[in-house]
Amino acid sequence: MLWTTLVMAFREIRRNALRSFLTTLGIVIGVGAVIAMVTLGQGATIKVTGDVAKMGNNLLTVSPGSERRGAVSVAATMFTLDDANAIRRDVSSVRFVAPTASRATSMVYANRNYTATVTGSINAYLDVRGYALDRGRIFSETEQRVGMPVCVLGETVRKELFGAEEALDATIRVGKLACRVVGVFASKGQSTFGFDQDDFVLMPLATFQRRIAGTTDVGAIFVSARDEGSTVKAKRQIEALMRERRRIALGAAPDFAVRDMKEISDTLATITRALTALLGAVAAVSLLVGGIGIMNIMLVSVTERTREIGIRMAIGARAHEVLLQFVVEAIVLSVLGGLLGMGLGLAGSFAVARLVGLPFVLMPEVVLLAFAFSAAVGIAFGIFPARKASRLNPIEALRHE
Amino acid sequence: MSAGATAGERRVEPGRAPLVALSGVEKVYGKGESQVYALAGADLRIDNGEFVAIMGPSGSGKSTCMNIVGCLDQPTSGSYRFRGVEVGTLSRDELALLRRHYLGFVFQGFNLLARTSAVENVELPLVYRRVAAGERRRLALAALAAVGLEGREKHTPAELSGGQQQRVAIARAIVTNPSILLADEPTGNLDSARSVALMELLVALNRTRGITIVMVTHEPDMAAYSTRTVVFRDGKVASDGPTSRRAGAGHAP
Repeated sequence: MLWTTLVMAFREIRRNALRSFLTTLGIVIGVGAVIAMVTLGQGATIKVTGDVAKMGNNLLTVSPGSERRGAVSVAATMFTLDDANAIRRDVSSVRFVAPTASRATSMVYANRNYTATVTGSINAYLDVRGYALDRGRIFSETEQRVGMPVCVLGETVRKELFGAEEALDATIRVGKLACRVVGVFASKGQSTFGFDQDDFVLMPLATFQRRIAGTTDVGAIFVSARDEGSTVKAKRQIEALMRERRRIALGAAPDFAVRDMKEISDTLATITRALTALLGAVAAVSLLVGGIGIMNIMLVSVTERTREIGIRMAIGARAHEVLLQFVVEAIVLSVLGGLLGMGLGLAGSFAVARLVGLPFVLMPEVVLLAFAFSAAVGIAFGIFPARKASRLNPIEALRHE
Repeated sequence: MSAGATAGERRVEPGRAPLVALSGVEKVYGKGESQVYALAGADLRIDNGEFVAIMGPSGSGKSTCMNIVGCLDQPTSGSYRFRGVEVGTLSRDELALLRRHYLGFVFQGFNLLARTSAVENVELPLVYRRVAAGERRRLALAALAAVGLEGREKHTPAELSGGQQQRVAIARAIVTNPSILLADEPTGNLDSARSVALMELLVALNRTRGITIVMVTHEPDMAAYSTRTVVFRDGKVASDGPTSRRAGAGHAP
């Protein structure tokens, strides 16, 4: 009987193909939206946490803050190379320490001119920040100690200055310094925060301090903890050490900050997750609206088919058989809509993920849930019109014009 | 289907009890001042194999009687026994089962499912009887052949003439081999040539298959095909007797 009812439902839906499609459109869009939102949201979460991890999940940034003196805030004292060496020497839970100083500088190669950040640091910078070389080499001991004019280009800078030309062993002018290109970084792309991580030039810290900045200041010290678990400990140790070295009284506010990437990544993940939930909820509302659309059309259909219901009853259909017929029709409609929406949602989110460079994360539980919800909508909103149909008086139904 | 004591399964030995027995049946519509007696104590007995024409002016209660005999409606008071079973106390679902197993309907307005082929229309009662698809198709095709509609099985009602549509309706009514075929003004929407053909079909079904037929009509020409005529007036049976054969009317005996 159920099979026959199912066949009858399909026949009825096919008989009114256009109307059935329009009826089910609400469900299609609802299910599609839920799946697309949640899938893309999940992709965004993974991308964000992945990006932060690329920066180094166990990365700590030590930077000078600003000091308040009355109404004006004055930039706090910079760090020096000694501070970095002290961290490496005295903090046990630290693996790499990279003191850096940087400044936006214009650079020239042949007739091309470009301005980018020039960063002075030591080789540990690559380990701490997660950069790798595309080709060439990193600085030698001597180059770092003596401060020789050599540099490694970020991919964006290389493209701007060299285009299709070979950059290795070429000499560019950075500020007033003629500088030999010894390597090119592999591209890291955009960071989570939207800035280009390839738009910089790295040179030895000594070279930067002597030939570009003319000071021995260190702007920020990047530190990578031994592992993810030891970031908290490392952070505490560095804070203690720097307070001591900068002679900050116990209880006074420090004039520097130690920031933890893990914190940032957790916050970002929480935010994207909350956004996903929010968008998913909005999409779920549209699913509900789609259900009401089905109920509306089923009610119209019951009125339109009053005579048919009368015929079926005269022939011997019992109330629950008429009920079953209309409920099954509503379920078939919404399940078809759910299937269509599923396809649309997955295809749409796949396309969008490709377009904006998010990972496409298929979440079977969400797909199943949205689908099950669409079937539930069919039952919930199909039952009222179906009850109405099943309670008709056969004589009046037969007389209905 | 757990049948239990449902009316459809409560089979009564035919022959003992009359097929249809109404005694003192009243049907009242409305309440208080506006009460209307559609039937005011109707008595009627119909036996197997009869071809009864029910006549009477409009408002005489003949349609109400038809609905009660067809188990679509129940009497307000009085007794209606169908094959010995008291119908007045049955539930809606039990009535539905009675209709499913023993009754066939033909209406003035044909009442076929639109945009549904003839054979599918005829199959419909078998669907509710849980007949398997293959057997269903076979029985439906046989019923369509019996009413002379071979070759039109795939046509939808819109593609058939009025007479053909009514034949499909008759096929639908007889496909289940009912004890009784109820026809409510079956020729009301047909021209006279088609009406005659249809009546001849009904007479043939009555004679060859022994199907009991109860037909409501207000056309004496059509009533002439029956074997017994019951006339209703003011909710009561006014006259009941063998159909008088008027000269020139009806069929050759």
